[in-house]
Amino acid sequence: MSAHTRGRWWLYALLTVMLVAVVAPFAWMVLGSFKTQGELLQNPPTWWPQTATLDNYTQLFSRLNFKQYFFNSTVVAVAVTAGNLLFCSMLGYALAMLSFKGKKALFGVVMATLMIPGVVTFVPLFVLVANIGLIDSLPGLILPFLVTPFGVFLMRQFFLGLPRDLLDAGRVDGAGELRIFTRIFLPLAGPALATLGILTFLGSWNNFLWPLVVAQQEQHYTLPVALALYSTGQNSTQYGLLLAGATVVVVPVLLVFLVFQRRFIEGIATTGIK
Amino acid sequence: MATTTEVTPRGETGHTSPSPRRGGAGMRAVREGRAAWTLALPFCLLFLVFTAWPVLQSLFMSFTDTKSRDLRSPFSVNVVGFDNFTKAFADPVFRKAALNTAYFVLIGMPLTLGIALAAAVALDKGITRFRSAFRLGFYLPVITSIVAVAVVWRFLLQQDFGLINTVLGWVGIPGPNWLGDPNWAMPGLILMASWRNFGTAMIIFLAGLQGVPWVLHEAAAIDGAGAWQRFRHITLPMLRPTMLFVSVTTSIGYLQFFEEPFVMTSGGPLNSTISMSMYTYKQFGFGNYGYAASMSYIIFVVIAIVAAIQFRLLRDNT
Repeated sequence: MSAHTRGRWWLYALLTVMLVAVVAPFAWMVLGSFKTQGELLQNPPTWWPQTATLDNYTQLFSRLNFKQYFFNSTVVAVAVTAGNLLFCSMLGYALAMLSFKGKKALFGVVMATLMIPGVVTFVPLFVLVANIGLIDSLPGLILPFLVTPFGVFLMRQFFLGLPRDLLDAGRVDGAGELRIFTRIFLPLAGPALATLGILTFLGSWNNFLWPLVVAQQEQHYTLPVALALYSTGQNSTQYGLLLAGATVVVVPVLLVFLVFQRRFIEGIATTGIK
Repeated sequence: MATTTEVTPRGETGHTSPSPRRGGAGMRAVREGRAAWTLALPFCLLFLVFTAWPVLQSLFMSFTDTKSRDLRSPFSVNVVGFDNFTKAFADPVFRKAALNTAYFVLIGMPLTLGIALAAAVALDKGITRFRSAFRLGFYLPVITSIVAVAVVWRFLLQQDFGLINTVLGWVGIPGPNWLGDPNWAMPGLILMASWRNFGTAMIIFLAGLQGVPWVLHEAAAIDGAGAWQRFRHITLPMLRPTMLFVSVTTSIGYLQFFEEPFVMTSGGPLNSTISMSMYTYKQFGFGNYGYAASMSYIIFVVIAIVAAIQFRLLRDNT
């Protein structure tokens, strides 16, 4: 027993050191976003801002148009999330509860593409989106991500766990097939929809490569694109602005995460996909 | 689609089937099938256009010399067979990119999983208080944008006023010029990637550890096994399936290593951090679509092979 307690003391020490190492960069980012350029270049670096200033944020939103990027990111993430929730739950339900011709083949094809990395479809997808005239537009950022094989898989697995009796009960009551789905099964799918919704929203908010290529004029940039181009461009030495930009990209998802964290971590643990 | 629309009205009037009961069951199957395809249709259309078609076209494109100027008519190009692939294997930059990617995976993955496993084991049975706070904290980097992370880490890794070298200085170690030195740029990126990604693996390890029966540990402890022996001979073998899953998913992610060098080093200094994905992206940027498509399929094949090897290693030796 005493060995146990001694062991715990060490574990707490180890975990605390790790936690500090993990959280410190975030704290440094947020605190740094309130510092002046001069202070950020000081050696040794300061921890608390000596002269706290909001200049970086006012510049970001007035001169650098981060308001627009924030709006774009939000529109894209919300549309992509809505599409995935709707279309993936529809197909997931059909695959789990209904029998129809071609079901096995459809499921097989969708699952096979789960393993194909995004880089493979990247070039032809760009050509396709260019050919239908959607390069440099918000629909071009949204359409390719409206459905994902992973979403179908997640919803199907969830619906498989619901009792089939509900389906028969609905039929006996004379409800149509689509009505049974929207009125009986969809409301029961809350937990799965929440998991899929959070994962999709975060994925879309943090998505980088596709928006980087498709959004060509700056009015269509999403936040990560704006931040990346800004930080690799000629302005890359305005450190305060960069840290404020990084904070603006990170803080909304941190808030979403803190609100839904329990559900989110359960979702990761049970599905095992990032 | 045509057959279902025909059958339904006839079925409704009851003319098709002599037995009303059979007709009812058949009707229901038809109605069910029609409903299922109605539900499946929006997904299928989007999936065909934006996933299935690009996958196939990419395969075709990888055997052609498609350039960006062929954008309007992707089929007016020359089929060049395996030329792109032989060109890639002879391309010194692609070779360098492949080596860098291997370096990133071979060092980065064990480091990430090691930290994750240590954190998970410590959190699982060792402590009771603040467990969820630790779990939450360790998970924070995972959910944040890699671009924002990269921006912040560019400062942390600065030679003169970076936080990491400052901390190293406290214990008397002069920190290197992380991102400016070809020998230190990759270790810097690996450090950052491990920091960012270990949380995902930790959560999955935690779920796996719940499947390790505590009685085994107690029995072994009574027999005099120390903490390390119990970890080595009970926890690790029981975690094998979890380990397989985590290492496969982590290596798939790490083999596509892109954003970190893009934002932090642009592949430099001296191509020391250019990755296969990043070189693919660069070739795409130069307008060499066929070449880029071939390299994307090389990455895909490498991923498939690596996943298959891990399945072999971790599944058969149980």
